Amino acid sequence: MSAASRTRAGEWLYAWMLLLPAAALLALFTHYPAIANLWHSFFSTPRGARKALFVGADNYRQLVDDPIFWQALTNNLWYALGTIPVSIALALAMALWVNDRLPGRGFLRLAYFTPTILPMIAVANIWLFFYTPEYGLLEQVLGKLGFASHNWLGSKSTALPAVMVVAIWKEAGFFMIFYLAALQSMSPYLAEAAAIEGASRWYFFRRVTFPLLIPTTLFVLVNAVINAFRLVDHIVVMTRGGPDNATSLLLYHIYETGFRFWDSAYAAALTMVLLVLLALTALAQFVFLERRTHYR
Amino acid sequence: MVQRIASGPWRPTADDATTLMTPATHVYEPLGFGRALETAAAWLLGFLWVLPLLYAFWTAFHPAEFSTRLDLSAPLTLDNFVKAWHAAPFARYFANTVMLVTMVLAAQLVLVTLAAYALARFDFPGRNVAFALILAQLMVMPDVLIVENYRTMTALGIKDTILAIGLPYMASAFGIFLLRQTFKTVPRELDDAARVEGCTPLQTLWKVYVPLARPTYLAYALVSVSYHWNNFLWPLIITNSVETRPVTVGLQVFSATDQGIDWSIITAATLLSTGPLLVAFLLFQRQFVQSFMRAGIR
Repeated sequence: MSAASRTRAGEWLYAWMLLLPAAALLALFTHYPAIANLWHSFFSTPRGARKALFVGADNYRQLVDDPIFWQALTNNLWYALGTIPVSIALALAMALWVNDRLPGRGFLRLAYFTPTILPMIAVANIWLFFYTPEYGLLEQVLGKLGFASHNWLGSKSTALPAVMVVAIWKEAGFFMIFYLAALQSMSPYLAEAAAIEGASRWYFFRRVTFPLLIPTTLFVLVNAVINAFRLVDHIVVMTRGGPDNATSLLLYHIYETGFRFWDSAYAAALTMVLLVLLALTALAQFVFLERRTHYR
Repeated sequence: MVQRIASGPWRPTADDATTLMTPATHVYEPLGFGRALETAAAWLLGFLWVLPLLYAFWTAFHPAEFSTRLDLSAPLTLDNFVKAWHAAPFARYFANTVMLVTMVLAAQLVLVTLAAYALARFDFPGRNVAFALILAQLMVMPDVLIVENYRTMTALGIKDTILAIGLPYMASAFGIFLLRQTFKTVPRELDDAARVEGCTPLQTLWKVYVPLARPTYLAYALVSVSYHWNNFLWPLIITNSVETRPVTVGLQVFSATDQGIDWSIITAATLLSTGPLLVAFLLFQRQFVQSFMRAGIR
């Protein structure tokens, strides 16, 4: 040990110095903004020469009375409900198929994982083209099958599901990787022992494989929930929150309020709602994940 | 985020060597008709999954008249790519993105290594609290704090610079977490041996820990590069000019303007902007997949 770290206190100081750059940046761009956000949500938006005034809970009252906020929140919850179980189920199926050494598994793994590598912006543009009424590919295929033309992204009832499909398409491959990692670290002795005992394939999956995948599922679930709130790039490209706020998600509404209407105080209040939701997810993860699993 | 596997990876033991039995791997693989059915289902899903991308390729490589007609005798052309390249300053956008990704990765590697080393090998008061606070970033990412971070950047006076795009991400909690796990698996004996040789802690870090963590570094680098190449919302907000825009924002600005919705050019531009990452992925598939697996398996 060098002279500086030979004493206990010296060692402590040394460690804090190592930690300092990362900790400083983290504090500046994660912890400070979270707290500052709370602070600014109690003030009004400064405009030009007019400074911010303390307005107490006014922004939150505005939030409660704002129909677009409630629409965005319910949209986001439906969006989460629609994308998370489906993408996890698909990811599990994909992982099982790739792990089962079906013919062409190399191509399958590539096909399933490629959407994850592409930027959401590119994905959104391609799907926008896909969904184009009259001559998009989806329309052409459905037209040949005899269905009438439909404006998928332009009608309030199908816009959100259409956007959900895009998210599922992008996310399932990503989750597949985690399941694949878990499946490949399963001891092969388990299957052999089960076969000796005479367990059927479905029984083995239900009573051995799936329980062993529960930690992975919880991990993937938390990731999926965070992504459901974090990823709004496709909304910006495909629908811009429309038609009539049918596809507005919470973070998109924050983006609109903060950077199109430049109402930063109200955007701060909206962000607090999002932070609370994320904190609840963190709490749920801590409670459920920590209890059911153990460190390797 | 911690993912724990309830059963560890299978490692052969002395028993395996002595018994003549080897485990029948994949005992439960489907056979016969079941296998055919599952293969068909898997292939159908795979085909559906690549369909949008294939369609984009089709549209980009054929002239505009054939963009929606699947006429197999249509002539191939690179015209759309040429037009797209000249319609927006993609060269500059690519340069910006490469600069951004390199800068962020370099900063991340340094900061994350130092912090992980401190958390893994030093015992100091407040270590657990610090670690918990760091993990908070896994939930509360800079992506959701756009309003406040924009305000901070304005206050710092670096709005509309590439540095401003990367700065909130340079202290990566995910990287610290990964690397700390890896450093903790380095045997203490190596640490002691280095100390006996007269190394300072930093030298020990450089000579012992960093080389042993190389797979983790590679995994993290691939994850980080993909993430920041594809990042859109924060760069959209913080950049304003061609000199700072990364390629994702450039693509969006390009396709949102009055293009007369010429899909051939837009898909060509889309493929251009994803091209490098896609090619790298196709060439280094195995490393990419293993990186994401390794990053998640902690």
